[in-house]
Amino acid sequence: MKTADAAFVYSIEEHSYHFHDKHPFNPLRLTLTKDLLEACNSLDTNKILKPRKATEEELALVHDLAFIDAVKLAGANKLSAEKARSYGLGTDDTPFFNDMHNAASYLVGGTLTAVDAVMNGSYSHAIHLGGGLHHGFKGKASGFCIYNDSAIAIEYLKQKYQARVLYVDTDAHHGDGVQWSFYDDPDVFTLSVHETGRYLFPGTGSVTEKGAGAGYGLKVNIPLEAFTEDDSFLESYETAFREAVDFFRPDLILTVNGADSHYLDPLTHLHTSLKSFHFIPKLAHELAHEYCEGRWVAVGGGGYDHWRVVPRAWASIWLEMTNQTDVLNQPIPQTWIEQWQDHADVQLPQSWYDDEKMLPVVPRKPIITARNQQTIEKALFHIRNEKPSRRPSFTQKNNLC
Amino acid sequence: MKVKDIMKRDLVTLTKEHTIKEALHLLEKNRIRHIPIVDELGQIQGIVSDRDIRDARPSIFEQHSNDSELDKPISSLMSTNIITAEPEDLVQEVASVFYLYHIGCLPITEDDRLVGMVTETELLHTFVELMGADKPSTQIDVEVSNSPGQLATIALIFKEFDINIHSVMVYPSETEATKTLLFRAQTIDARQVIEAIQKAWF
Repeated sequence: MKTADAAFVYSIEEHSYHFHDKHPFNPLRLTLTKDLLEACNSLDTNKILKPRKATEEELALVHDLAFIDAVKLAGANKLSAEKARSYGLGTDDTPFFNDMHNAASYLVGGTLTAVDAVMNGSYSHAIHLGGGLHHGFKGKASGFCIYNDSAIAIEYLKQKYQARVLYVDTDAHHGDGVQWSFYDDPDVFTLSVHETGRYLFPGTGSVTEKGAGAGYGLKVNIPLEAFTEDDSFLESYETAFREAVDFFRPDLILTVNGADSHYLDPLTHLHTSLKSFHFIPKLAHELAHEYCEGRWVAVGGGGYDHWRVVPRAWASIWLEMTNQTDVLNQPIPQTWIEQWQDHADVQLPQSWYDDEKMLPVVPRKPIITARNQQTIEKALFHIRNEKPSRRPSFTQKNNLC
Repeated sequence: MKVKDIMKRDLVTLTKEHTIKEALHLLEKNRIRHIPIVDELGQIQGIVSDRDIRDARPSIFEQHSNDSELDKPISSLMSTNIITAEPEDLVQEVASVFYLYHIGCLPITEDDRLVGMVTETELLHTFVELMGADKPSTQIDVEVSNSPGQLATIALIFKEFDINIHSVMVYPSETEATKTLLFRAQTIDARQVIEAIQKAWF
């Protein structure tokens, strides 16, 4: 029995995943997004699902026990600097903070809560914006990420539900932690659309990374040129997503929705606008219904322009999931602007779209577009030359109804 | 970096009495291009490459050729003038040997016994590892004047921000006056470092 179309997973406990006030990965982003949706009357706070805390057993689906122990010690400030280094902790990117193990476990638990909500049939879709920590490695924290909620959720989906997952990552950084976790796994398809790693962290995610062994061909990377704009970004995303889903026929789609490919983002060099962030969930929504009987879980990710970009980008996922996209044609509610303008160091946006006149002009646009098209060719070459797998649907296979 | 760090130790070898056909089979099965030929003491006698065999094979255009040529022993076509290197040699020395003699593989010997091989594949792989990102990192290129202390000055800035550097390369520039330094740094957020480097220079 469906409770509702979509579940919104969030709780105040998730705010404890907070390195320090000057750190770019800031839980303020969750508050701003939730408040914006409430100001639009688009989110019923009484129906928000609270995330549970992931158990250690669940963390160990992906992570080494020694690493989990190190995170616990780090959160109690009992880990030596030298040891911390070897686990990627105590660095500028992932410094110690109090009780970091618990905080990180809630973020993982939130994504598991979202996954369960969809898999037990209560909801068609679920969103957990606290998730999307796609850089976390088996035994190492990296790039603001401690435990990799997305990789854990995929392994959890495999073991508990025997589900095959298509992972689609549109964060501007390569989803390396998730990719390497399933590099030789034939039951997980990872697609990452990101800025080329020539200069940008983490440096990986080239078209030549296609998986290994039984997983060969099921990892696809679309490294886009710096200064890629909406049209080329969306063409690349749509082409790759449509062909991947048709080839792999997943049981569930998991999307990582970093909002850092926007031209205002301070950490990357991609040049998209809000237009891209409205289309990204729209396509995921459409394909989830077409191929997975609706099963779609969306998580957050990066995004470092906290005021102007992330709230609008993330709120738009929920509006899409719940068929409320008409809200996008209305102005941003004055109540939200009044509530937050005094805290912000920039002018808060009035509209759900970026003013086209404000978008920077990229003189190399035709060259960038042509190079991205070549990248798509190379990245999809191998699946274009093979027949897609035809399998019974997940519902038929498991006698669900 | 030394040859022993990159050489292939798991080797496919033959003795000179084996037939050309057997060599051909091994090359195809293992997807390799060179087979070292050794004696009972493990000393290297020669090398057979896929090109040697291709040269010896009858043309595919000849309709009625018999492949009896392939039953001859490999000693009939192996190269015997072999250049070798030792496990303690430096990778950069060995790389120039490949370049100088136009060879595709280098048997590595210790006390006259074959212990490993370095082929173009191992060399290329090593350079890819040295130059590329095998650990999560951000790349920052800095063009500096070609004078002492530039690298040290920038390295200190990384230290100041407590950011680990995975690799550093120094590139020659088009002019003598400058050089390009390439850093791969273990951070997702390089803003502060970049700002500090810019401040130090301009």
